[in-house]
Amino acid sequence: MKVQELVDKLGLKVLAGKNGLDREIDGCYISDLLSDVMGNAQEGNIWITLQTHKNVMAVASLKEMSCIILVKDLGANEDTINQANEEELPILQTSLPTFEIAGLVYNLLNNK
Amino acid sequence: MHLEYTVIEGDFVNAGSASSAIKKTLKQLNVNPSIVKRVVVALYEAEVNAIAHAYGGVVTADIDAGKILLRVIDKGPGIPDIDWAMQEGNSTASPEVRNMGFGAGMGLPNIKKNVDRLNVQSTVGVGTTVEMEVNLS
Repeated sequence: MKVQELVDKLGLKVLAGKNGLDREIDGCYISDLLSDVMGNAQEGNIWITLQTHKNVMAVASLKEMSCIILVKDLGANEDTINQANEEELPILQTSLPTFEIAGLVYNLLNNK
Repeated sequence: MHLEYTVIEGDFVNAGSASSAIKKTLKQLNVNPSIVKRVVVALYEAEVNAIAHAYGGVVTADIDAGKILLRVIDKGPGIPDIDWAMQEGNSTASPEVRNMGFGAGMGLPNIKKNVDRLNVQSTVGVGTTVEMEVNLS
């Protein structure tokens, strides 16, 4: 599944990194601890988090994740947005809290 | 090949820039992607440690056909008890750093898991040198 399809099916808002919407998704990782993501996330994962600072982009980019979903309508800092555009790594936004969006993503990725 | 990058105290905005540059270099050298991933995790953690805990320092990388040797050399304050710092969950990070999602005490254990050789030397009041070596083949 591509990031664009995730956006369409879950009604997510694209905050940055539009040019990366054709990235391929492979699984999902959820954590707000950056070292946990650094140590355990896999290439192609969606990353669901409430962290919005620029280091999120550094981690997502280094781990070659497919996109970031910010929960609860949280916005990203300007430098985070700029880096996402530069790296073509989409930052998506949902109004839902982590548990709710995680359930939807889980069902979507597992065809339920 | 010798590469060098400066790390500035508290400069979280640029955390990961040395890791990113070295990742690009290793990819250009056609190093196995799974090895590149391990190098990136280890170096990122060491970079963040230097930014969060030290008064700045330097990252060096020496790459030859068989291995990459990474050194993160900082200017202090030094680690009083390295064995304590190496244990998962132990951290001296400030509340501000923890709020950013760092300081969970996972950095040094993450490094240990991803490198072939790790050597941490520290003198309180002088500085810490984290030496990490990863075999490239």
